[in-house]
Amino acid sequence: MPSKSAGSFVEQAPFSLKLAATGVLLFLHIPVLIILLYAFTTDEATYSFPPPGLTTRWFGVAFARQDFWDALWLSLRVAGVATLLALILGSLAAAAVYRSKFFGREAISVLLVLPLALPGIVTGIALRSAISMGDIPFTYWTIVLGHATFCVVVVYNNVLARLRRFGSSLIEASMDLGADGFQTFRHILLPHLSTALLAGGMLAFALSFDEVIVTTFTSGQQMTLPIWIFSQLTRPRDRPVTNVVAIVVILLTFIPILIAHRISSESGSAHL
Amino acid sequence: MTDPLQIAVRFEQVSRHFGDIKAVDEVSLDLLDGEFFTLLGPSGSGKTTCLRMIAGFDRPTSGRILLHGVDVSNLPPYERDVNTVFQDYALFPHMTVGENVAYGLMIKKTPKAERERRVDEMLELVRLSGMAGRKPSQLSGGQRQRVALARALINHPRVLLLDEPLGALDLKLRQQMQLELKAIQQRVGITFIYVTHDQEEALTMSDRLAVFNLGKIEQVGAPADVYENPTSSFVASFVGVTNLVSGETAQAITGSPLTFSVRPEKIRIVPRDTLPTPDEYAVDACVRDVVYLGLYTRYMMSLDLGGELIVIQQNLNTTRSEALSVRDQPARLIWLKNANRYLDEGGEEPV
Amino acid sequence: MSTIDASAGGRRDRSIASRLSTYIYLRPSLLLLLLLGPPLIWMVVVYLGSLATLLVNSFYSLDDFTGLIVRQFTLRSYAELFTPSNLDIVLRTVGMAAAVTLADAILAFPLAYFIARYASPRSKGWLYLAVLLPLWSSYLVRVYAWKLILAKEGILSWTIAHTGLSQALQLLLNLPAIGGPSLSLSPIGMFIVFTYVWLPYMVIPIQAALERVPKSLLEASSDLGARPGETFRHVTLPLAIPGVVAGSIFTFSLTLGDFIVPASLGNSSYFIGQAVLSHQGTSGNLPFAAALTVVPIVIMIIYLMVARRLGAFDAL
Repeated sequence: MPSKSAGSFVEQAPFSLKLAATGVLLFLHIPVLIILLYAFTTDEATYSFPPPGLTTRWFGVAFARQDFWDALWLSLRVAGVATLLALILGSLAAAAVYRSKFFGREAISVLLVLPLALPGIVTGIALRSAISMGDIPFTYWTIVLGHATFCVVVVYNNVLARLRRFGSSLIEASMDLGADGFQTFRHILLPHLSTALLAGGMLAFALSFDEVIVTTFTSGQQMTLPIWIFSQLTRPRDRPVTNVVAIVVILLTFIPILIAHRISSESGSAHL
Repeated sequence: MTDPLQIAVRFEQVSRHFGDIKAVDEVSLDLLDGEFFTLLGPSGSGKTTCLRMIAGFDRPTSGRILLHGVDVSNLPPYERDVNTVFQDYALFPHMTVGENVAYGLMIKKTPKAERERRVDEMLELVRLSGMAGRKPSQLSGGQRQRVALARALINHPRVLLLDEPLGALDLKLRQQMQLELKAIQQRVGITFIYVTHDQEEALTMSDRLAVFNLGKIEQVGAPADVYENPTSSFVASFVGVTNLVSGETAQAITGSPLTFSVRPEKIRIVPRDTLPTPDEYAVDACVRDVVYLGLYTRYMMSLDLGGELIVIQQNLNTTRSEALSVRDQPARLIWLKNANRYLDEGGEEPV
Repeated sequence: MSTIDASAGGRRDRSIASRLSTYIYLRPSLLLLLLLGPPLIWMVVVYLGSLATLLVNSFYSLDDFTGLIVRQFTLRSYAELFTPSNLDIVLRTVGMAAAVTLADAILAFPLAYFIARYASPRSKGWLYLAVLLPLWSSYLVRVYAWKLILAKEGILSWTIAHTGLSQALQLLLNLPAIGGPSLSLSPIGMFIVFTYVWLPYMVIPIQAALERVPKSLLEASSDLGARPGETFRHVTLPLAIPGVVAGSIFTFSLTLGDFIVPASLGNSSYFIGQAVLSHQGTSGNLPFAAALTVVPIVIMIIYLMVARRLGAFDAL
């Protein structure tokens, strides 16, 4: 049916489409909101709905738990170092691919994305078998090793995309005006890339913080926060605490990505 | 009185507003069956909007559009007997050339055998025989343009709309395509409505043209007519190059303050002592600048009176060095009085 | 004092850093080595090396008596894949991956179509964000959320009870193979959760593919006589398919390897991920776990080759 307003013929979406789209959107968001609700329930052992009452005491209980803080601290440390490694390696790789044409250039992108493209379990068990074959103990560093490996591509994509926008003309202009390689890097390249590095870094941080599959394989006795949650998934006693922890995790993954998004949308697009 | 059935497209006081912007402002126009009509104007003048309203992608804010006497204001594009050749060709990338061209017939559920026959016919018309199996991505720009043409023509529309179809082609190819399009139009015999900002293109191909400016039509007529007898300074300067002389300078030359336009090719450069005949105007000037362009030379003349005129002369016997050597030389400009075209209302034209 | 020597065309007195920079600049291969070296070495040694050891391990076997890995080439571990119970595991996982992919494609399309075609430029940004948002909240937490929702006493049961569909639910749960004691402990539940967590990965490529369809194509189709429904069928849909295939790569691959969801919501029948985890963990049967892991790798390689044919990589 042509719409009556002056203009092109197809302006309004058919009602059924709007309904379907809304339904899908709700499907996407309601579950997280449910957790929010359950963090305040007074019910200790079950997930009964509607919640018998509301309270904030679980927040106190959760924050008093030492294992929670240990897990949180470990996750932060792992994510921090993995992000740092990813930033360095990813930027170097992006610079190499951008600057030079060499044999196997396209293969680099594929290689870097493989840890994310293949199922996590593949990366996980591959690392595990290699580590145990080398008789290396499973420590904090083995976790970092795994995380850095799949975080590199996130930084790489962001930096490469940024370089491809005006990268060469800026470098050439700087050199034309007398700056050598290091000066160009410091005064021109680094500021130009700063937002991409920040965005990539935030994404890598969130990716690492949230990761559980590869971590399961590369950790020994240590528990990162996701592993802690996973172990709680079947324990009725700790449910309300788990709910609170869930909210903490949401915030800690959500906020870096939000920041990354804001940064990138001001200067191009972020690449997951 | 024109037989109404001969009018292919009629605009009746058509306006199209986008908020405060009047993209098309009270346009009335009759386009005749079988003619090659061009909508000419700069970007934003409303010509493309008018075309899109004929096709049905846009609807007038007020006024009516009639196709062969029928008010089409409420008809969607797929119900109008009009087809369009798009500026970016809009070929379906996932279909072959043959499937693209046959699309309209496929929608109308034409039997396969007949479809194939007509596709072959069309491809021959646009000189792309044998390309039916290729994909658009494998074709050059000129070839794609011809596929778009074939795809539109195969449906035997009574009116064909062309939205700056040659814009993406290089100069030589464009000139060649202009002639081809004109030949096809005359062969097929339907109305072509062509939109362009290139006045040379318009002059080459059209039977008639309309000059658009800021949503309004300034002049309608045959190309030679519009060129020779512009009715406004906009038309005079947009269609071809011209000199616009007004105010005191005009007064000094013609005796009347009316603005006039005189084409650069109508002016001769002669020595200062040359006397004009009673039919001619004479003005003394200095050669300020010379631009040699191979085919012709463009002279910027600084009038002793003040102001400038552009004079263009074909390099019949003049070499480049000869042309450039007249820089800063004093000279006289002479042209026929009736080469002047008087623009703007009010005042008397000189006798 | 710095002078510009016009005849030499260059400047004098450069610092060490400057000269080093020139040295490197004049040797592009050295620069390449410095840039590409570290990441390449890391990826090759750490990642490809690990994959290699995995492959190597899959050709070893586990000595049943000693429980130690026998490091001799054998195909025994691969042969074990073909026992009925192991084949079951693989088929079960692949079946779930296929079902989830289908469900996600069906759910994602209306939303992607709406965003690409009808949303105003301003709301497009917000809607895109809205689709991404769930991905930004931890994956594990989102799985956990469904445990809450699907629990016997949870919100979904409550809704079902209040709408009188309890009978239907019970019937569903009594179905063999996909039913279970409750929604939160059944393949149906897993299916719902899988569909939920991967959905954004399907919406985004489809939306991107649809956005890439130039408006002039739709106008041309309409101009040539096609009604809106026909334009959708002949022009829009074929051009959206690469996006669907691209999205399916994610949903399929992610489901294939996952053990979190089956562990949280499944019953005793294993999926590939859980099997791998348990075999390498408790029983120490790394060779078999490796052999089992090769299965999803091979499946994904084949899948990717097919997807490339269908144009998915242009849509990514």
